[in-house]
Amino acid sequence: MVNTKVMLAGIEMDNPVIPASGTFGYGQEFAELYDINCLGTFSFKGTTSEPRFGNPTPRIAECSAGMINAVGLQNPGVDAVVSHELPEMKKFFHKPVMANVCGFSLEEYAHVCEVLDSEEQIGWFEINISCPNVHGGGMSFGTSPCAAADVVKAVKKVTTKPVIIKLSPNVTDIVSIAKACEAEGADGISMINTMLGMRIDLRTKKPIIANKMGGFSGPAIKPVALRMVYQVYEAVSVPIVGMGGLMNAEDVIEMMLAGATAVEVGTANLIDPFVCKKIVDELPAVMEKYGIKNLTDIIGGAH
Amino acid sequence: MQQQILQVKENVKLTDSIYRMVLVGDMSAIKNSGEFVNLEIPGYFLRRPISVCDFNANELTLIYKVVGKGTEVMSGAVAGDSYDVLLGLGNGYDTTVSGSHALLLGGGVGVPPLYNLCRRLISEGKKVTVVLGFNTANEIFYENEFNALGADVRVTTVDGSYGIKGFVTDAIADIDYTYFYTCGPEPMLKAVYRATKTSGQFSFESRMGCGFGACMGCSCKTNFGNKRICKDGPVFVKEEILW
Repeated sequence: MVNTKVMLAGIEMDNPVIPASGTFGYGQEFAELYDINCLGTFSFKGTTSEPRFGNPTPRIAECSAGMINAVGLQNPGVDAVVSHELPEMKKFFHKPVMANVCGFSLEEYAHVCEVLDSEEQIGWFEINISCPNVHGGGMSFGTSPCAAADVVKAVKKVTTKPVIIKLSPNVTDIVSIAKACEAEGADGISMINTMLGMRIDLRTKKPIIANKMGGFSGPAIKPVALRMVYQVYEAVSVPIVGMGGLMNAEDVIEMMLAGATAVEVGTANLIDPFVCKKIVDELPAVMEKYGIKNLTDIIGGAH
Repeated sequence: MQQQILQVKENVKLTDSIYRMVLVGDMSAIKNSGEFVNLEIPGYFLRRPISVCDFNANELTLIYKVVGKGTEVMSGAVAGDSYDVLLGLGNGYDTTVSGSHALLLGGGVGVPPLYNLCRRLISEGKKVTVVLGFNTANEIFYENEFNALGADVRVTTVDGSYGIKGFVTDAIADIDYTYFYTCGPEPMLKAVYRATKTSGQFSFESRMGCGFGACMGCSCKTNFGNKRICKDGPVFVKEEILW
């Protein structure tokens, strides 16, 4: 018998598998397909103060071994999440959920967190300071250590639950940003958000995506994610939630060896809606194959 | 929704760029005309959403146009090949509201989803008039197949090389329909929206990420709030549409 349990910022998870925000809605679409209580947890759709429609379409473009999205944080707003999504979620998901929060100002981040902090279903906050698809917010907080630290400070002031900061790879030095977040009391780091990318349609000779640029994700970015998690693991002592192009249980183990305590699976959900269940199911056999008894033992094992 | 591995039974060319693929396997997840399926294409990352042309318990007919590399790969499929397919996607057409005489308006590659719908409406004892619009004579497909179902079929071509010259909306003035169903390119749908005198249902296409409502890649605004073309559509009623 192998042990897949991990401890993430003070909360024990049955396994480290977390569907990533923006690929799993508020869980409903997947709960119709399988019992999502098999997951470690999931990170729900990035939530802002007000409802947002997001960017114009097309929002999606295919790439070699991946895709680009520019959804632009479409979400129903925090009040609807509290009044509708969380009560619905309670019917099919019985574990602490990860609340992904985004904002366009320090006040917005704090407001959304404050509203959600009293919701008992929420286990962790994942603060998105790395969305590449919105102007004047999102990623602009995640591209400098000072701005990132300000978000952590503002959010920590109003929350009692663990705060995980989701970082952008679109920076010159991700380590300094992770360290700045840890110094202000972040309880964890999740990384990486999507990489800024583009595709151009040869027939129209214009970008495929209406927003021109978007976030590049999928297995093509896995080596970049592994490298960054590896670097940040050496510089911080808080747990890391690793993500970027993970497709199967082997990828989960590889990411944990780089330094992740838990992992998020994002884009894979969009091409195989059952992928997270498959990963959870195959994880024990893959652990046995590589002689791993306790998953916790391999965190950062590549260092 | 179900994930199934389906076998290709046949894959034939209907016109220069239109192909018909018949797949066999468990089709129990498909419930309604106007649904779509999402095919994994070897060598490509995202699935390709294709509307259901016809189906029964163990056979699925898809008619698709080669527009890019993914559909080009599909066009090379031969009997015995298999595809990983997500089945039972989208809402499909509602026939309960059609009244006694349904008008079906299809343009180009928007024609296929109307085929099973036509079959169903006729089996429900309704009169069906079908108007199929194409650019030119050599792009026409499925005129005979709709005729064989027992529908009254009219064909329009933009260049007048076959049937009525013009667009589908040029061929409906004398038809005493009680409701309409349409699928085609967006300029055609807009023209249908303006030219029709009853309520009706429109099937839309979109670039999709997942095809089952998770990624918000194909959202649109409607009179009843934001909707996802893949999950809340692809069929929308006239009153929902913001035109």
